[in-house]
Amino acid sequence: MTPLDTLSPSGAIHTSAERTSDGRLSTGHALILEDIRIDQGGRPLLSLDARIAPGEVLTLMGPSGVGKSTLLAYLAGFLAPAFTGQGRVLLNDSDLTRLPAEARQLGLLFQDPLLFPHLSVGGNLAFGMPRKESLNASGKGSRKETRRARHEKIEAALEEIGMAGFADRDPTTLSGGQRSRVALMRVLLSKPCAMLLDEPFSKLDASLRQEMRSLVFTRVQRLGLPALMVTHDAADAKAAGGPVIELGAQP
Amino acid sequence: MRLFSPTIRTIPWLAMALLSLPVAGGLAGILAPALGWLPALGGDELTLEHWRTLVATPGLADMVRLSLSAGLASSLISLAIVMLFLGAFAETRALALVRRLLSPLLAVPHAAAAIGIAFLLTPSGLASRMISPWPSGWDTPPDYLFPGDPWGLGLTIGLVIKEVPFLLLMSLAALPQCQAQARLRLARSLGYAPVTAFAKAVLPGLYPLIRLPIYAVIAFASANVEVAMILGPTTPPPLAVAVVRWINDPDLSMRFVASAAALLQLGVTLAALGLWWLGERLVARLTRTALTSGRRQAGDRLWAGAGGLTTLLAVLLLGGSLVGLVLWSLAAWWPFPAALPNPLSLHAWQGALPGLKDPLAQTALIGLAATGLSLVLTVGALEAEHLRNRGMAAWAELVLYLPLVVPPVAFLFGLVQLQVQAGLAPGALAVILAHSLFVLPYVFLSLAESYRRLDPRWAQVAASLGHSPASLFVRVRLPLLTVPILTAAAVGFSVSVGQYLPTLLMSAGRLSTLTTEAVSLASGGDRRLTAVYALMQLLLPALGFTLALALPRLLMRHRSGVLNP
Repeated sequence: MTPLDTLSPSGAIHTSAERTSDGRLSTGHALILEDIRIDQGGRPLLSLDARIAPGEVLTLMGPSGVGKSTLLAYLAGFLAPAFTGQGRVLLNDSDLTRLPAEARQLGLLFQDPLLFPHLSVGGNLAFGMPRKESLNASGKGSRKETRRARHEKIEAALEEIGMAGFADRDPTTLSGGQRSRVALMRVLLSKPCAMLLDEPFSKLDASLRQEMRSLVFTRVQRLGLPALMVTHDAADAKAAGGPVIELGAQP
Repeated sequence: MRLFSPTIRTIPWLAMALLSLPVAGGLAGILAPALGWLPALGGDELTLEHWRTLVATPGLADMVRLSLSAGLASSLISLAIVMLFLGAFAETRALALVRRLLSPLLAVPHAAAAIGIAFLLTPSGLASRMISPWPSGWDTPPDYLFPGDPWGLGLTIGLVIKEVPFLLLMSLAALPQCQAQARLRLARSLGYAPVTAFAKAVLPGLYPLIRLPIYAVIAFASANVEVAMILGPTTPPPLAVAVVRWINDPDLSMRFVASAAALLQLGVTLAALGLWWLGERLVARLTRTALTSGRRQAGDRLWAGAGGLTTLLAVLLLGGSLVGLVLWSLAAWWPFPAALPNPLSLHAWQGALPGLKDPLAQTALIGLAATGLSLVLTVGALEAEHLRNRGMAAWAELVLYLPLVVPPVAFLFGLVQLQVQAGLAPGALAVILAHSLFVLPYVFLSLAESYRRLDPRWAQVAASLGHSPASLFVRVRLPLLTVPILTAAAVGFSVSVGQYLPTLLMSAGRLSTLTTEAVSLASGGDRRLTAVYALMQLLLPALGFTLALALPRLLMRHRSGVLNP
């Protein structure tokens, strides 16, 4: 099997640099975590202040229970009511903190691939694509053209991860590695401005883990996405190559 | 779609209103007439006269005694059977099998089960035919009174047969919540024998979780009408049946006495609940030392045997009833000791078909409407929980059980009186709303567990991919819950099909469903026609469950992850 990171980029994924509406090429966004503090029932759980440059992966390491996943939930907009969070989440200048989860454009990758069982593989990818997704930059086109354009994007994305022709498959028939790759493509097709990785490799076996790491980190770098990863595994941090913050258990 | 969240958030309140207002209003609607005030029928002064008439009714004490004893005895026996079964069969394959059988068993309407039991155990029924002429030596049907024995034994059996599946279902749902498996394994590893381990380690955690369902069972059994009409004694009947007789008395002034009696029925049901509650305290006190005595073995073989035996008996009764119904519906000539009718004929079915059309259509329409309404309210209320990120308050759960604990004969009759006083015409809409009072709690109880257990990360993935709450509700949460939603709909439909009193009272007897027809036929002499109606009553819910099982398997056959989550 071809190593995945050498598969040709087909242009299915646009970088966030292409997103600006005025046509100017920007250099991607930085994800800024400004004085974040998370409390659990009035007791401080975790605090963090960081700036993640485009294409950089910041790794948070620490034992379970220090609130790593809670931090990601706060950033993504799903903080459970037992917790309270303070501090701002910014993409360059725009403040995400008050936005609902669906408007934040933070791509989330979980431990499990979480492919929707009621949709086909292609349906899962389409689910992630913005509604007005078409080939021509103006965003115009008949409904039929739009549908064809979406279809082509899905095929290209599948080809990019070595799964051409899998669009109509039931997700339950995929191997573990295939599911993880589809989950990654689903996030990328949603054109996130930054990535949040919640121990994304911890449930893969050793050989797949290596493959997925390079697949994810190559994409993050190529697309210039700032990424925040929480993990137990020092090898994850090493593969990411970015700065590492060690979180200790709070007294 | 900005209206999605506000709309969803109002639904729990709508559901609460639908459940509590009719019950409260209905009780008010019998309180005033019981004290003599119902201007529409010429009652315009407060008086205790109707209570005096009620108290002077011959046999009133027997009626109350019957309601109390049948209610408490059937609940106690049902609970004992369920607990013995769980103790004897926890963590075995039998449990998995029973779990699969439960929904169809629950779907058997009360009236159909009662008719089946009556046909099975009556002197000329299938049971005595099986042992005649050998070994019993009977050439003619033996001489005993069944159904309608004066002690209410038949009534108790009929109630037990329907209560066991319900309590079993509620217990099975509660077992994981009290970490039953871990408790059981721990106790077993400490050397406790299986049934003792269940009784000492699991039961104390399980009982509080199924207390509300048990109370619903007691309330139902102490105030039930249709099972009592078919299997209970007639002179005097249990109190709830007497109330219905007075309501239907052509002399409208009897409605004042009926109101007083309906209020008395409420008191009787509350008394039954109170007695049970006292019993709970007593048992808790008496068993406190036994729990920690360290005894590992307390007649385990015996209890396990009893559990197996009672379960077998219940299954035999239900199975025998069903076979008996089928045979009667196919019988032309069936002289006594013969075990099978000969020849078999479709005569009864052919004769019944023309008359079946209307009740069948009305049953289906009422059932679909009530189920649809209940499903919308249930899914809305559960989605609101999800949006608010907070579970249901304890008081809200009490409201859910309100129509199941307050005797329906009391509050439904009160609603009829309000209808009369307001000059509203009885009809299909009132019947559908009244059915929903009983369908909604069951739909909710059936769906809540699956809905709440749905992995929240599905919604998180969808939201982080840019989908709004409305979009992810329609495109992710609903499709993932296809199977439990359809099952809940089938449960709701079967509850509606089985309703007797709401149809009878809210339509003023003008709408006939399969159940109202079956109940009135049961008191007549035509066993063949009665059997046909009872079977039709079974068939309709069975059709619902078949569709609920088959549709997703057909439509989503390439999405095995939805079918086997």
